[in-house]
Amino acid sequence: MSVHYLDNAATARVLPEAAAAAMRAMEEDYGNPSSLYRLGLESAALLKRSREQVARAMGCIPSELIFTSGGTESDNMAIVGAAMRRRGRRHLITTEVEHPAVLNTIRRLEEYGCEATILPADREGRVSAEQVLEALRPDTALVSVMAVNNQTGVLMPIREIGEGIRRKDKDVLFHSDMVQGFFKQETPPAAFPVDMASVSGHKIGAPKGIGALYIRNGLTLPPLITGGGQEGNLRSGTEPMPAIAAFGEACRVKAQTLSGDLARCTELSCLLRERLRRELPEAVIFTPEKDVAPHILAFSIPGGRSEVMIRVLGDRGVFVSGGSACAKGKRSHVFVAMKLPSRVIDGALRVSFCPENTEEDVAALMDGLKVVRDMFG
Amino acid sequence: MREMLLLKCGELVLKGLNRSRFTVRLEQNLRRRLKDHGKFDIYTIQSTLYVEPLEGGDLEAAYEAALKLFGVAAVCRAVVCEKNIEAIKQTTGDYLSAALSGKKRFKVAAKRSDKRFPMTSPEIAREVGGYLHDRFPDLIPDMENPEILVTVEIRDRYAFVHGLKETGAGGMPVGSNGKGALLLSGGIDSPVAGWMMARRGLELSAVHFFSYPYTSEQAKEKVIELGRLLTAYAGRIELYIVPFTKIQEEIRKKAPEDMFTIVMRRFMMRIADQVAAAHGCGALITGESLGQVASQTMEAMAVTESVAQLPVFRPLIGMDKDDIVRIARKIGTFETSILPYEDCCTVFTPKHPVTRPKAFKAEAAEAEMDIEALVTEAVKNTERMVLDNER
Repeated sequence: MSVHYLDNAATARVLPEAAAAAMRAMEEDYGNPSSLYRLGLESAALLKRSREQVARAMGCIPSELIFTSGGTESDNMAIVGAAMRRRGRRHLITTEVEHPAVLNTIRRLEEYGCEATILPADREGRVSAEQVLEALRPDTALVSVMAVNNQTGVLMPIREIGEGIRRKDKDVLFHSDMVQGFFKQETPPAAFPVDMASVSGHKIGAPKGIGALYIRNGLTLPPLITGGGQEGNLRSGTEPMPAIAAFGEACRVKAQTLSGDLARCTELSCLLRERLRRELPEAVIFTPEKDVAPHILAFSIPGGRSEVMIRVLGDRGVFVSGGSACAKGKRSHVFVAMKLPSRVIDGALRVSFCPENTEEDVAALMDGLKVVRDMFG
Repeated sequence: MREMLLLKCGELVLKGLNRSRFTVRLEQNLRRRLKDHGKFDIYTIQSTLYVEPLEGGDLEAAYEAALKLFGVAAVCRAVVCEKNIEAIKQTTGDYLSAALSGKKRFKVAAKRSDKRFPMTSPEIAREVGGYLHDRFPDLIPDMENPEILVTVEIRDRYAFVHGLKETGAGGMPVGSNGKGALLLSGGIDSPVAGWMMARRGLELSAVHFFSYPYTSEQAKEKVIELGRLLTAYAGRIELYIVPFTKIQEEIRKKAPEDMFTIVMRRFMMRIADQVAAAHGCGALITGESLGQVASQTMEAMAVTESVAQLPVFRPLIGMDKDDIVRIARKIGTFETSILPYEDCCTVFTPKHPVTRPKAFKAEAAEAEMDIEALVTEAVKNTERMVLDNER
């Protein structure tokens, strides 16, 4: 049975160049970058090259980048670091549609003396720059707003927010979880007016377990993980060379085809949108047409049940995710925030493309959707 | 110190002429439970089962298994010693030293089946009692109401001593009263119902209704795990997994929404009835308790059970949820039962279920369905698994 993998926002296949780099780092260049002999020095050189590759993709200089275990750790480091940094400034601002790595971390800090303002999103799942700027207080330490929402694909107005914050209060740190935005927009993460940005490797063709945090030059952040002093003492731990090498290679390869990749994803997304309109008019499409990332299309088959549909589609080789679950209380907080009716939320599905997907994948999905539509009709 | 176990039989002792049949069954059940734990010598005298570890016999495993063996009222650990009074006194003091320390009211009793032993039972009791009193001065002799009863038994080959008794699992040996078919869902109640009926001497088969893809593989795995957990008490269980998806979809298409659950349960009863009868079961067992949910009112239960030929046992019928949960925790099924894998998709759950259905309404609701064909097909495609003591 052929595989139609349409869940690239959840994770993506590792690129062959990245996998090869990881194998080499495991089998041949396995030295510890901190060791003083040749094998170690060679790993240190590999670390440097990989860092340069990722920095180039992120639009920053190598010293502005630290490697982490993934988007979640990067989010934690940025948020906890910002809160720990400013004595006297304990107010945090974020949105209700953030990834749990941001929301739960902020909520947890409330137990440690911080105060949080969690901005509501509109019906499209967006927040406005006005909302953010209005919420600023003299004791605000940090604003954290995601670049692309992982459930719907909508773009948040990062540029407007960043420029607004710089005008209003230079001492407020602006962090953006750019996990779903990295290599999904022409503008690289560090080119936005942000102080910190989180990215993740496994969404862009590197293995799971590696990510990075961009920290603007001049910003000192306390470390989250302390130990042997690696990453300029900002993130201790022996550098995960196989994953880092793979991450570097993935960035190098993807950078060569960025524009084409974005166009391809847009093309597929539009094709799906069109086919849904024509052949499944009862489907409710959540992802708006403008100001969205090219790879995500979220919609619902009202009356359906996400988990059941995912199983049926999966049995046909079509892999998508839900963003919702049958059991009450497990509904996606993003869809709830968008004030969608329960019947619609319960049938939510999320499709996310990679440039390697094809029209056949879309066709297989449409066939499967008709089957599930009939099951629940 | 060589230890052994004494299992005091429960209700069996009341059974008179049937006693030997029950003790034979009890021994058989115990042997089966211990088959992977080494060799044991197991024999019954009057209403006590003796369990002696031989080569490789794991006494601790036997003790754990004995505590879960239905038909046993009490489990005693005993120490074996040489048949001379000095050895007996010394061993008793050593073995029970922890239990005998502190101000406790104690009594020594003695039994001897070897009449050639040079002392009489009362003499043995007095001598051992005196020794213990000297060695543990805080002990208070009390013939009427002792806290600890030390028993010395003189048998043909050796003597043994025991003092501590642990309450057994009670009930009657599994299989001594026939076989029942348990309708096993993934919830808290049905495993407890199965345990209670196994305790009354029923061997168990289990029937589970599986509605993939509306329910998940994980929900099915959860039920299999619950079945496995029950085998520690109920012995071998045959699990029958019935493909129920088509029937669920038919009900949804053809029955009025408020009757979904009632009609579904009637189909379950019909199928369980056939599966049970085909495999030697004399009753169905469910985890129903009065008033817990809409389908468990008096009227609902009357309407659902009317389609079954076999009697329906509902051991939880008069129990509060708290009591059911307490048992579930005790028997180790609670943590698995609460895993969040649903056994019925909400698309088949009526928003406003009928709570006091009438028989003719249920029949009307089913009128457009080919009941016989659906039931036959489901029974024919039922998957059979044997669960046995795997942990």
